[in-house]
Amino acid sequence: MEFKKKAEAEATIPTSALPDIVFLLLIFFMVTTVFKEFTGLQVTLPEAKQITKLPGKRDVAYIWIDRTSNISIDDKIVDVPQIFEIMWAKRNNPVNPTRVTSLRVDRKVKMGLLSDVQEELRKADCLSVNYSAKPAS
Amino acid sequence: MIKKKKRESEIPTSSLADIAFLVLVFFLLTTTIDVDKGITLTLPAKGEETKIREKNISNILINAEGQVLFDDQPVPVYNIREVVREKLLQNDKLIFSLKTDRETDYEVYVKVLDQVKQGGAKRISIAEPDK
Repeated sequence: MEFKKKAEAEATIPTSALPDIVFLLLIFFMVTTVFKEFTGLQVTLPEAKQITKLPGKRDVAYIWIDRTSNISIDDKIVDVPQIFEIMWAKRNNPVNPTRVTSLRVDRKVKMGLLSDVQEELRKADCLSVNYSAKPAS
Repeated sequence: MIKKKKRESEIPTSSLADIAFLVLVFFLLTTTIDVDKGITLTLPAKGEETKIREKNISNILINAEGQVLFDDQPVPVYNIREVVREKLLQNDKLIFSLKTDRETDYEVYVKVLDQVKQGGAKRISIAEPDK
């Protein structure tokens, strides 16, 4: 018995919808991209195991402290007494108020300085802090 | 006068996909998905210092050399986790009060904080260093 041969179907991938897909991806990446606003200071972060993710870059304020005790907020070197004013302004920003303060502190910084900074943060009502750390291997 | 030939005016769309790809690649490369990670802690509000009963407090002191005194017992840093777990079994209302010297390194402080959190402590208080 002979079988009927199937008709040969032309196999082509439809490419007419490709630009649409690409555009969709493009728009996704355009919306999610947050350009770096500042570079911060050179710090070596400590390591820790019990670490949590930060909620997102938009509501986070960063404070850098390097091992020579420079304090930097938004690429400006500041002194400890100035932190209150800056953080208070950030906290009460009507557009996107700071919810979390990320402390990117070098591992050789002394606790006395950090305590002074935290005291300023408490004054400025920035109570949720995150000690930036690298995941320990 | 010779009339100009009527030309069909069309915008070429064949290279549109290429342009879109180029922009896509650009955004793919500049997007940084890496999220910052760290130890989250809530500071007490100003003027919110509360008195806690003595038996519910466990003191952890760190000196300038990075040595740890846990309720008057010297404990190596990597053992804090176990001590915290034991103490929580005895009293689950325990608050761990972390106190450092002004000369203590931040690294040691984070290590101890990490250990206390690994031990399952939910209530951690940060005491101000002595001046």
